[in-house]
Amino acid sequence: MSFVIIDYSKGNLRSVQKGLELAGCESLISARAADIRAAEALVLPGVGAFADASAHMMASGQMQAIQERIAAGVAFLGICLGLQLLFERGDEGMPSGEWAPGLAVLDGYCRRIDALDAQGHRVKVPHVGWNQVVYGKDERLLAPLCADIADGSNFYFTHSYQCVPACPELVLATVCHAQEFACVVRREQVFGVQFHPEKSSQKGLAVLRNFVRFVTEINGPRIYAVSGGGC
Amino acid sequence: MLTKRVIPCLDVRDGRVVKGVNFVGLRDAGDPVELAATYDREGADEVVFLDITATHEKRQTTVEMAARASEELHIPYTVGGGFSDQEKIRAMIAAGADKISLNSAAVRAPTLLTSAAALFGSQAVLCAIDAKRAGSADKWVVYLNGGRIRTDRDAVAWAIEADRRGAGEILLTSMDRDGCKDGFDLALTRAVARSVNIPVIASGGVGSIEHFAEGVLEGEADAVLAASVFHFGELTIREVKEYMASQGIAVRLD
Repeated sequence: MSFVIIDYSKGNLRSVQKGLELAGCESLISARAADIRAAEALVLPGVGAFADASAHMMASGQMQAIQERIAAGVAFLGICLGLQLLFERGDEGMPSGEWAPGLAVLDGYCRRIDALDAQGHRVKVPHVGWNQVVYGKDERLLAPLCADIADGSNFYFTHSYQCVPACPELVLATVCHAQEFACVVRREQVFGVQFHPEKSSQKGLAVLRNFVRFVTEINGPRIYAVSGGGC
Repeated sequence: MLTKRVIPCLDVRDGRVVKGVNFVGLRDAGDPVELAATYDREGADEVVFLDITATHEKRQTTVEMAARASEELHIPYTVGGGFSDQEKIRAMIAAGADKISLNSAAVRAPTLLTSAAALFGSQAVLCAIDAKRAGSADKWVVYLNGGRIRTDRDAVAWAIEADRRGAGEILLTSMDRDGCKDGFDLALTRAVARSVNIPVIASGGVGSIEHFAEGVLEGEADAVLAASVFHFGELTIREVKEYMASQGIAVRLD
């Protein structure tokens, strides 16, 4: 199986690769569009700002290659910024009022976390540290990532921006920091997690293990296919 | 709800843990990565490696340590100490450090914070502040080079500037309390925590389990850092977190 961790030259991806290795999965860290096109599963880790990553991915041909593979039904896991890039647009790192394009696999956009809660209390941003991931109604949809992990378990977050999905069906789990927002999203074989499984100790390693198992299962007879964008 | 973090700090010189570490069950008590991995298994939320390597030639050992840490640790880790320019920061991030901590160099050249945050993201940049009381009033000044050089810089004002320049967190050490084991400087911690919009890690002075809870409840810190109480086996991470939970503080125990 060709499992590719997409490198957009922002940082070290070894801890993600090591997490997959502990799940019994060999993977390739690559920046090449050709490797992405040959991949049977993709992981897009999250480092840096939305606008930078978007520009780099477009210039390098990664953006198109990823979109093609997702449309072909390849399993995908976006981590942190990798989740945010699944959406249509984001304004991190852009001049005020302007947007950078995302992969547009999921409908919605990304914006800065709202630091005020319903009572008007200010929370600190970035949202850094361990917070509880609260499952939505349909835990079956979560199973490919969260099987055998208790609802409400703590995972490590570090981010200042969040996704705003266009439809609630995309959201499988939420986290609360001033306000509730999506931290696990899914559409068919495409997943995004706002937390860092590779930095979330044993629970995080379990998420990667579950994803590897999911990939192994669907890459038998390929039953998942995606058509068009949206939800 | 975001939990309060408990962070062990390891002093590292030439790739080895400095000061005797009295830790049961370690094959190599001098190996910072093995010690940190033990803390990971015990429930530490993060680890800070403070590099006190004196010579330029030996800096590479710290980079190698960071590379090994990215294989063996499954929690975030910070490397601090000795970053004087962007290239050294880049090398450490490339080796796998989740965050780097800037201290004296940032006071001398505050644009280093701004550019590091722009290049690597605020989440990767901690501003470490060593502060000491100036006179009897609640006023603290910034010290450099591990407490050897006094400046006239007000510690709270510097924390606010660091926040504005893009630092993602403040690692605040009381030089009055460091090594004294009589608890954090709670007034200092609170003064900084209330002045910035980024998380504050309290450091310096932990001697008992109660001190951890005080740092959060009275100091209003987002995270508490300690070294010797963990290294010498006086307290385990688990005990500390269970105690904090008993005091009504949200911590990660799962």
